[in-house]
Amino acid sequence: MEKQLLRLTVNGQEYELYINPKTLLVEAIRDHIGLTGTKRGCDTVSCGACTVLIDGMAVKSCSVLAMQAEGTEITTAEGLEKNGNLAPIQKAFIDHGAFQCGFCTSGMIMTAQAFLNENKNPTEWEIREGIEGNICRCTGYNSIVRAIDATAKGKYTEVKS
Amino acid sequence: MINDFNYLRPGTLKEAFAMYAEHDDCKVICGGQSLLIVMRQGMIAPEYLLDIKRIKELDYIKFDKKEGLKIGATTIHRAIEKSDVIKKNYPVLVAMENKLASIQVRNWGTIGGNLAHADPAGDPAPVLIALKANIKVGGAKGERTMSLEDFFVDYFETALNKGELVLEVQVPPPEPKTGAAYQKFNLLESDMGVVAAAASVTLDGNGKCKDARIVLGNAGATPRRVKRAEELLVGKALKESLFADAGKIASEDCEPVADIHASEEHRRHLLGVLTKRMLKKAFDEAKA
Repeated sequence: MEKQLLRLTVNGQEYELYINPKTLLVEAIRDHIGLTGTKRGCDTVSCGACTVLIDGMAVKSCSVLAMQAEGTEITTAEGLEKNGNLAPIQKAFIDHGAFQCGFCTSGMIMTAQAFLNENKNPTEWEIREGIEGNICRCTGYNSIVRAIDATAKGKYTEVKS
Repeated sequence: MINDFNYLRPGTLKEAFAMYAEHDDCKVICGGQSLLIVMRQGMIAPEYLLDIKRIKELDYIKFDKKEGLKIGATTIHRAIEKSDVIKKNYPVLVAMENKLASIQVRNWGTIGGNLAHADPAGDPAPVLIALKANIKVGGAKGERTMSLEDFFVDYFETALNKGELVLEVQVPPPEPKTGAAYQKFNLLESDMGVVAAAASVTLDGNGKCKDARIVLGNAGATPRRVKRAEELLVGKALKESLFADAGKIASEDCEPVADIHASEEHRRHLLGVLTKRMLKKAFDEAKA
């Protein structure tokens, strides 16, 4: 199959890739660009480990063709920190021990970030519904919910400089 | 593994029609939330993939009191879920979308793609059929509109002809004294429904049932109406015992499969219970 040119913007950086059009977005991000924060889990739109933001919306990158993401702004877990400072949600995950094995973490954080962008004052139940598309097999849900809740309540602020 | 295919990305609807007419072994992708799974399983291996996700002409939600609701095919589920005008006029659609898969899927998956995929376990179809929706399809040779009920032919098969795309879903204006409800039975919140039931009830001036629709999901090859139960209700003063009778009919007038998630017998039982409950819920809403 003849490779096609794809221009992809990930974390504000533009990349030119030559790919087979069947390449999935998660493959483009991990295997072609080399950003391995995004995890490849179930590959069937179930687990959410591959969640990235496309134009600010949480999407499962195992179920999007890379070609379909051309011209959009993609954000991965690597894109959350600013000038070496972790984003509030990342700090909260660390403080609350919101992971065990860590495989679901980057997807969970991306989903949480998109959720918090839309919901400034979520209830605990809304947070739980908000992460319905992400599976944690270490059953760390309670600490994850607490981390998101603490971020929503403004206990972690963004370091601008 | 996904097969190698030629990727086509039309910029306009007209271009899409032309490309689709030109290529024989061509499959349409929009959100691809279902399609990419079956392609990965090797169940479909098209030579061409036509990507209509970016056709902005089909991305809209319009509402008019006389015309009703019109949703373009490439509208994402999340836009329907968050639409104020839909929430106000067709709350059951928002409730259904809210339980459709996960937020990530609703952010990328589209209403047209969902209907064209024709999975009998799909959530939107039973609700839309209960709301008497039509579907507009079309291609290079022109457009046509049919009832959504007639659009579904068999498992994953629709009435789309070669070269035709789903263009628009149309829902008639909400009738007064009408209620509608939908529920699926599933083990995990974001799963496909094991079975599902949608119901709508319209009352007349005397509080009797003027019209009723009962539509079952994953109870056979296509979403199916339970007309025998609908006929039982129309013209009567509705009450619990009638809903129970309608539920019993629903559990008889269906053809659910048995699989790893549930036996046929269990599915029939669930369909009866859900039908009864959804009729009650729709009735209570119609009375209010």
